[in-house]
Amino acid sequence: MIGIEHYIVVSAMLFVLGVLGIFLNRKNIIVILMAIELILLSVNIQLVAFSAFLGDLVGQVFAMFVLTVAAAEAAIGLAILVIYFRGRGTIAVDDVDRLKG
Amino acid sequence: MHSILIIVFLPLIAAIVAGFTNKSAPSVFAKAITTGALFIGAALSWPIFLGFVGGTYEPTVVPVLKWVQSGTLTFDWALRVDTLTAIMLVVINTVSALVHLYSWGYMDEDPDQPRFFAYLSLFTFAMLMLVTADNLVQMFFGWEGVGLASYLLIGFWFRKPSAGAAAIKAFVVNRVGDLGFMLGIFGTYLVFDTVSISEILAAAPGMSGATIGFLGYTVQTMDVLCILLFIGAMGKSAQLGLHTWLPDAMEGPTPVSALIHAATMVTAGVFMVCRLSPMFEAAPVALGMVTFVGAATCIFAATVGTTQWDIKRVIAYSTCSQLGYMFFAAGVGAYGAAMFHLFTHAFFKALLFLGAGSVIHAMHHEQDMRYYGALRKHIPLTFWAMMAGTLAITGVGIYHLGAGFAGFWSKDAILEVAYGRGTELGNFAFWMGTFAALLTSFYSWRLMFLTFWGKPRWAESEHIQHAVHHGHDASDEHNPASQEDAGHDAHHPVPSKDYEAGTAGYHPHESPLTMLIPLVILSVGAVLAGQVFAPTFLDDAAFWGSSIFYNEPLIHAMHGVPYLVKYAAFIVMLLGLLVAWYAYIKDTSVPAKAAEQLGPVYRFLYNKWYFDELYHYLFVVPAFWLGRQFWKLGDVGTIDRFGPNGVAWVVEKGAVGAKRFQTGYLYSYALVMLLGLVAAITWVLF
Repeated sequence: MIGIEHYIVVSAMLFVLGVLGIFLNRKNIIVILMAIELILLSVNIQLVAFSAFLGDLVGQVFAMFVLTVAAAEAAIGLAILVIYFRGRGTIAVDDVDRLKG
Repeated sequence: MHSILIIVFLPLIAAIVAGFTNKSAPSVFAKAITTGALFIGAALSWPIFLGFVGGTYEPTVVPVLKWVQSGTLTFDWALRVDTLTAIMLVVINTVSALVHLYSWGYMDEDPDQPRFFAYLSLFTFAMLMLVTADNLVQMFFGWEGVGLASYLLIGFWFRKPSAGAAAIKAFVVNRVGDLGFMLGIFGTYLVFDTVSISEILAAAPGMSGATIGFLGYTVQTMDVLCILLFIGAMGKSAQLGLHTWLPDAMEGPTPVSALIHAATMVTAGVFMVCRLSPMFEAAPVALGMVTFVGAATCIFAATVGTTQWDIKRVIAYSTCSQLGYMFFAAGVGAYGAAMFHLFTHAFFKALLFLGAGSVIHAMHHEQDMRYYGALRKHIPLTFWAMMAGTLAITGVGIYHLGAGFAGFWSKDAILEVAYGRGTELGNFAFWMGTFAALLTSFYSWRLMFLTFWGKPRWAESEHIQHAVHHGHDASDEHNPASQEDAGHDAHHPVPSKDYEAGTAGYHPHESPLTMLIPLVILSVGAVLAGQVFAPTFLDDAAFWGSSIFYNEPLIHAMHGVPYLVKYAAFIVMLLGLLVAWYAYIKDTSVPAKAAEQLGPVYRFLYNKWYFDELYHYLFVVPAFWLGRQFWKLGDVGTIDRFGPNGVAWVVEKGAVGAKRFQTGYLYSYALVMLLGLVAAITWVLF
């Protein structure tokens, strides 16, 4: 029987994968964007799982909102990426250090 | 207003005025005001002194200001005028006034004359404060004041490194003595509960035999106090052990040597011992020490004086030796004789120094006697003045004629009283003193013969060559040596070809009138001071009154010594004269041969018994080592390392670490945000 625990574990694994994808990734900003999607996805799984578990539809509605926001975010992120690539000719993570004072 | 107030404070006012107009007024203004002040002081001092001689003047204390009132410690600024003070007043003011006048000529063309005259007057003020002191603290004020003025004047030509070093040496060596003096004053206050001199002296005889704990031992109170005070006197009066600064002090201008390091300041120690004579009389061990140190200094300085070549150093060691006479006279209890020698010595030694200054002036600042010779005809007045001084210091005089030069009266009195005392130490002092008299005669005549007789040996001198070949250029101020030469006239004739051998074509010229007048006046003093005042100083108990401890039986014993003792000084004087004549006129190869024969002894004496070297290794080197340790280990190694440098190191390393947080990489910031979020949630939930 697959219970709520299994959903939570999968969700947690996806979340950690996403987080590690952000921190350990040294290659490509696109991977960071994908990792963010992964984190959002894990949250979505939680929302849907608890919605089903508790019998409350608000969770699933909220998941829909998250998907919308995630799509918009991916679009904006990729747009920034394209602009950034035009400006600096690279999207390697180690070269993106303009936040340094 | 009492005349003593004018005598004491006029030099101070003159010094202040002269000092503050150093650059703003012509130097003649400063010179006139200081010299005038001193001549007024001298003119007012003599009536006081003669009043005491005539018995018409009463000792008095003139209050000036309240000073300290703290519990039982109360004392005021007050000027004490008694016989002892009166003697010092005439000595200080007369010599100081003449030295001021002399400096008009000697220091002419020096760019800093107002400063020089201001220092001279400041010194005179401090010295007068010392001798008029009514309490020990005021005496200490004058004591330190003269030390300061001495420091300033020794280092007057401060562009010469040797002058600066000599000034510091004088100051530091005197600090050693001053520590003893200060401890003596503290101890005296502890024991007597007062610093007033008259109260101390009144209570002193009753303290004889009292004991006190000192450094864990029980010792005689008066002996401890007097020995401490005497250590102060040893420093100021350049007695054996603390004498090393005096010969070096000759780096100062010659008038300074005459005033401070011959006539006045160095006699402050003798004055202090005489002033506190009732205290010393209650301290037999301390008196023994005074006698021994005096006699040892007397012989030590005389032996060194026989080998020196620098004319001023010979006279400096002579001063040291004569001070030894004064101390052992005081040590055997003849304070009157000590003061008498101080009095006559002031005249003839100031005369010798000023005469030497005149010779140096004539020889274009050459001080080495090896480059003198045959100056008798060139500077006759200086020669005769020096002759008077030499006759006085060697003690020329015949007992049965009752006639003699100043030194004859005072020095013979001291030797007779040492013999007449009858103690072992007294005899020791007598023999030392007699032998020193032989050496005194030898080195004094050696100085005269080398300087005024023989053939000219000037050609070898760098100073003379400088004068002849380059003329004189007062403007080359970056040359340190020229600062000293700056006081010299420029009118040297162009050398002609047919000059006398050894002269290098140089013509010494007699000093200006301002320098000759003091020489003449002091010559009169050197000839007559002993003859005129001997009965007063030696035999007149009423003259001394209560100002010193007057030992009547001792004076009788002094007059009762055998004739051989009375003539001893005269005989050794003749002997010294003969030896000097033979070695420096008859057969001039003798000194070199003697130096060769007596190699180690000669070197021992020539190097001043190696005192400077001894002190160098005993005190200077360890002090430097200690200072280096404090510097390298204490300051640099500990304080700097853990203090400023340590803090800076921590901040620097910390900053390097902190810098890593700001990488500019997105993921770092995200990680930190995440960690922060986790921490915040953890904090809130658990």
